[in-house]
Amino acid sequence: MDLLAEVFSFVFQAADVFAFLVLAASGLAIIFGMMGIINLAHGEFIMCGAYVTVISVQLGIPLPVAILCGALAAGLIGIALERTIIHRLYARPLDSIVATWGISLIVTQGMLLAVGSTWPGIGTPAGSFIVGEYTYASYRLVLIGSAIAVLVLIYCVFMKTRYGVFARATMQQPEMARALGVRTPMVYSVTFGIGAALAGLTGGLFAPTMTLIPMMGMTFIVEAFVTVVVGGADVLLGTAPAAIVLGVIKAALTAWYGQLFGQIGLLITVVIVIRVLPEGITGWLTRRRV
Amino acid sequence: MPRFLKLLHGDQTIGRGPAFWTGFCVVLLGALLYPLGADDYYVGNTAYFFIWIFMALGLSLIWGYTGMLSFGQTAFFGLAGYSYGVISINLGSAYGLTFFALFSAVLLAALLALLLGYFMIYGRIGGVFFGIVTLSVTFAFSQFLAQTAGPQWRIGEARLNGYNGMVGILPLSLPWSGEEIYIEGRVLYYLLLAMLVVCYLALRILVNSRFGNVLVAIRENPERAEMLGYDIRKYQLASFVIGGTLAGISGAMYTSWGQFITPATMALPAVAMPIIWVAVGGRKDLTATLIGTFVLLYAFQTVTVYSQQYALILMGVLLVLTVLFTPSGYVVALAELLQRLTAAKPKDNAVSRRVTRRAADD
Repeated sequence: MDLLAEVFSFVFQAADVFAFLVLAASGLAIIFGMMGIINLAHGEFIMCGAYVTVISVQLGIPLPVAILCGALAAGLIGIALERTIIHRLYARPLDSIVATWGISLIVTQGMLLAVGSTWPGIGTPAGSFIVGEYTYASYRLVLIGSAIAVLVLIYCVFMKTRYGVFARATMQQPEMARALGVRTPMVYSVTFGIGAALAGLTGGLFAPTMTLIPMMGMTFIVEAFVTVVVGGADVLLGTAPAAIVLGVIKAALTAWYGQLFGQIGLLITVVIVIRVLPEGITGWLTRRRV
Repeated sequence: MPRFLKLLHGDQTIGRGPAFWTGFCVVLLGALLYPLGADDYYVGNTAYFFIWIFMALGLSLIWGYTGMLSFGQTAFFGLAGYSYGVISINLGSAYGLTFFALFSAVLLAALLALLLGYFMIYGRIGGVFFGIVTLSVTFAFSQFLAQTAGPQWRIGEARLNGYNGMVGILPLSLPWSGEEIYIEGRVLYYLLLAMLVVCYLALRILVNSRFGNVLVAIRENPERAEMLGYDIRKYQLASFVIGGTLAGISGAMYTSWGQFITPATMALPAVAMPIIWVAVGGRKDLTATLIGTFVLLYAFQTVTVYSQQYALILMGVLLVLTVLFTPSGYVVALAELLQRLTAAKPKDNAVSRRVTRRAADD
């Protein structure tokens, strides 16, 4: 019984990290996979989702709806940003990194000026359950469920809808897709919007568990980068397996050596993975499939 | 023209011709005379600006000339800064040992660049991934140092002190007839100026040499450079290590100048600064980077007096505007404008154009 409880504890920790990584990285990975752009303002979309969610809750809107509001707001801002700035930079991926970096700086410092360095939080929804001698917060289960739901949603959108077909066509052969009548600029905008909305969703989901500060995006981006680097360009074939692997590694290291070694372990994993699998897990899986 | 001068004067640097070198000499003379007329405070402040330019020149080499966007500059800066602190606190300042600390610190930064660069470049990490891996490493390093507050985090006599930073670091000093001469104020200013001139000229020679031409070939088209028979990884790694070493010089000199260092010098927003200086000034040219960095540092400090947030927003706006409208950087854009204005004056025909072109080539 004791052993079972320990095993459950480990699996739960790993699933918790998995959920964090999937949620933090999926928006980034969708934008990267589609356009080859790393959006360094990703953390600011997360921050935006979190603030909108918290403010909505404080206005009396129930939490699940508020989280969707956060995602929607981030998605709309994402589309606006893509239309004004990002779409000019598709031919220059390095410059797009730099530009989004500048945007991130402007947004963080602007938020500091606008709302100050603190904002009252809303507290984690109550509820807990006990396995063995450990107590777990139920909200963590919500997060794990949401991560899986996000993956299923991404699968459905990209595999089962008309937009998904257009998006995959644009990803593989933009010129061909355009020749066949796909409005690729539109596809890019929508994809960027989806990526931003997923970031906003992440912010909304984690908002009840964190302190709200303008720099909160920082908490997510390193892990998100790591997951995307290990995973590669494909969300389903890359990000999800990468999150499982990294989740197990981080949970194990954190359990044995503490939080810091969990993080350093992640980075060492990345450095080794890029030496062995330059295209990430995506490249490895697709090469095996062919 | 002697080979040496040709290297100073070659194709990969835009500042050329008698006019440029006259300007260079005037600026250098001005910099040499400046401490004679200026207040101590301003001299120290200008020395502080000089400190950062090494890091910017290094990034110009890595990013502007070799085409690898690196966010790792502040990691090398921080490692060298902390190493200088630890070594100088432990060894003390006798026998000029602070200079030993300086060299060791810069060497350690170079070794970190070598290690990190090996894994990334030989793992064929290129393009955007190079940027985010270096950024992740920099963040992790600064987070690691930020949590070293406890008394168990010490190296010899030196306490790392976590987020508050390491204090009690000795400035550079030299023993002189029984006394110690601390290298600060005007002496530090002249030392930094000399180092800067040497670094700048040496980098000019480097980028105009065969090595530099290969770097530019890699930037323009890595596959083609490889097909032509160059092992581009060696060149990329060498460029990355040189750039990291320059960041190390900035870090060690910064620590010696301020006698303390905190993890914040590596985290946001500090990690963004080298990118901004180099991009806004003009990353593909050393002179543009140098001028751009100096001007931006001055502007940043001037605005910071009123509000740090506004200063950072200004930097962000400049960065976005540069990327959108003058991707080659404003100093380069101004230089091109100047060239067009001066060149447009004489009514040139084909012959005179050919003559001037040949003159420019010689």
